[in-house]
Amino acid sequence: MSQKTDMKIPALPSGARESFLARFGIWIVAAIVLAGLPYVFSSGLSVSTMCMMGTMIIFALSYNMLLGQTGLLSFGHAVFFGLGGFLTAWAMNAVVGTASPVPLFLFPIMGGFTGLVFGIILGAVSTKRSGTAFAMITLGIAELVSSSALILRHFFGGEEGITLDRTDMVQVFGLSFGPQIQVYYLIAVWCLISVAAMYAITCTPFGRICNAVRDNPERVRFIGYNTQTVRFMAFSLSGLFAGIGGGLAAINFEIMNSAQMGVGESGAVILMTYIGGIGNFAGPIIGAVVVTYLQLMLSDVTDVWQLYFGLLFIGMVMYAPRGLAGLLALQQPLLQTRQFHRVAPYYVLALLPGLVAITGLSMVIEMTYQLAVKTAAGPAMAFFYVPFNANSPLPWIIAVILFAVGTWLFLRAARLAGDAYSEALAWRKLP
Amino acid sequence: MTQPKNPVPALRLSGLEKSFGPMKIIRGIDLDIPAGERHAVIGPNGAGKSTLFHLISGHYQPSGGSVRLHGDDITGMPPQLIARRGLSRSFQVTNLFPQLTVWENVRCATLWALGYKYSFWRNVERLADARQRTEEILREINLIERWNMPAGVLAYAEQRALEIGLAIASNANTLLLDEPMAGMSHGETEHMVELIRKVSENRTLLMIEHDMGVVFDLADRISVLVYGEVIASDTPERIKANASVQQAYLGTEVA
Repeated sequence: MSQKTDMKIPALPSGARESFLARFGIWIVAAIVLAGLPYVFSSGLSVSTMCMMGTMIIFALSYNMLLGQTGLLSFGHAVFFGLGGFLTAWAMNAVVGTASPVPLFLFPIMGGFTGLVFGIILGAVSTKRSGTAFAMITLGIAELVSSSALILRHFFGGEEGITLDRTDMVQVFGLSFGPQIQVYYLIAVWCLISVAAMYAITCTPFGRICNAVRDNPERVRFIGYNTQTVRFMAFSLSGLFAGIGGGLAAINFEIMNSAQMGVGESGAVILMTYIGGIGNFAGPIIGAVVVTYLQLMLSDVTDVWQLYFGLLFIGMVMYAPRGLAGLLALQQPLLQTRQFHRVAPYYVLALLPGLVAITGLSMVIEMTYQLAVKTAAGPAMAFFYVPFNANSPLPWIIAVILFAVGTWLFLRAARLAGDAYSEALAWRKLP
Repeated sequence: MTQPKNPVPALRLSGLEKSFGPMKIIRGIDLDIPAGERHAVIGPNGAGKSTLFHLISGHYQPSGGSVRLHGDDITGMPPQLIARRGLSRSFQVTNLFPQLTVWENVRCATLWALGYKYSFWRNVERLADARQRTEEILREINLIERWNMPAGVLAYAEQRALEIGLAIASNANTLLLDEPMAGMSHGETEHMVELIRKVSENRTLLMIEHDMGVVFDLADRISVLVYGEVIASDTPERIKANASVQQAYLGTEVA
């Protein structure tokens, strides 16, 4: 090969050990951010919200080991989250009586172990098939476990669930884990360990073969790998991490309920992972944070918050199938070439009519809800503190106009933003 | 044959059959391919050439007969077990990992043979032998400049070259190439012939090809497959001269 062609080759992977900072820098930054967050968001509500986010980050990332990394669509992932939580709760309650010196921060291991064991058992069945058949089997497993929760009332505690007291454990370093802030740091540490471990797995031969199975399972067999084994291992390992998330959730809420391993919860984790973006390792982290925040915030504002979630999900699937992380990744080349300022105004231009359209749509939803469900309250209601009568035609007309005009302007602005984006991207390539 | 040859053929097909329902696609094929030979399979469309490859590589289960690789019976084994025994193949329709980079495509194909298997505790970037082998192959198939592009965005001829790269990455001793030149321009075909000549050194090659120029140029021996049967298996010169081959297959092109 001549020297001339070699000149054009982008620097090949060297395989050399990276510097300490390059390898661990991002994790050190993450640890500092996690440690500092409660000082910035110090209210009780913020801290408990962040606790929930931490467990959900582990859960969503573990789900993406299946969906994003291996191309397996599971409808029953909450089974491992739930079983991990229940076994953790039972283990803690068992230890209380015996005064065994097991500190609280070790109990998520029980959750992980449970998730792994059930991942192996249920994975041995479900991963025999791929694609649609696999998805159907996981749905069956989710139903099976949900219904056994109603039969095995003693173990799952029926409707009330199983309660536990995290402060009953032996106290190490004077940590009682009574205050929520101590639980926050417990979750933060486990979250960091789990995220780092899941990231490390993506950088192994197994992790890369998972990606190959996602892209083209048939071809993988001809390079020597058994795709069923790959699916099985991915399934079991994702069960392990989901179980850790479940164990932390049990410690956080001090109660486990069978609803937490139902089909609804399995759906929620799909939503989170997908909205965040399945094609990017950080996607599910973003999804877990955003969706948990919206859940808590929206459920305060409206009774039909799940409807908004459905709409958000459909919107993302249709217009941003790579999720929030995908949208952010699109901006990266612009930021690198310092061209982002050329598109930013167009984003704002698209955002404003978008918000108008959403306002119109949510008015329609809220008025319908007022008239159809909250009949006892009568037609008098308020939207954004503006009182009006849902029976009169005026608010309906306003809502429809807001929605129609907002949507029309949004689509136009979105096209302009798209053009501006391609232009800014092309600018980079000019000399 | 007067030339000395290995008594155990690299590949031995005995009475190989395949039926789909009442349709008999492969009707009892007996064929020995000595180690190190470049062997081409030609035949009209629908003769069963690709089906034959699927039977040998484990993609389909034979309905009858046997396949032996270096004397070992591999009949009906799943593809991964056959691949681990050193038989590797490419596909007629490009069959890659489209979202993975060119580098990842080839590296994934090297991993099993290097013994990394399902390891989920070692950093893949730090496997020096996998890295060297990947680089070696990318230079060999002339795709080193494209190493960090997703395979899905490569040009067609480049994807065909990568297809060969995946097939040779495991250092397989027996190579099955299914129409490697399909859909290529004249210049690209010449390139590919050189590549195949290079990668089939010290390997046993079994190749399906429609381009007669390529076949007569590359192959040590040629088998003619018509309606699921091998009607002739001989050197290129004798195949050219064979009357029944001309009638059954070449006739349409020569006339």
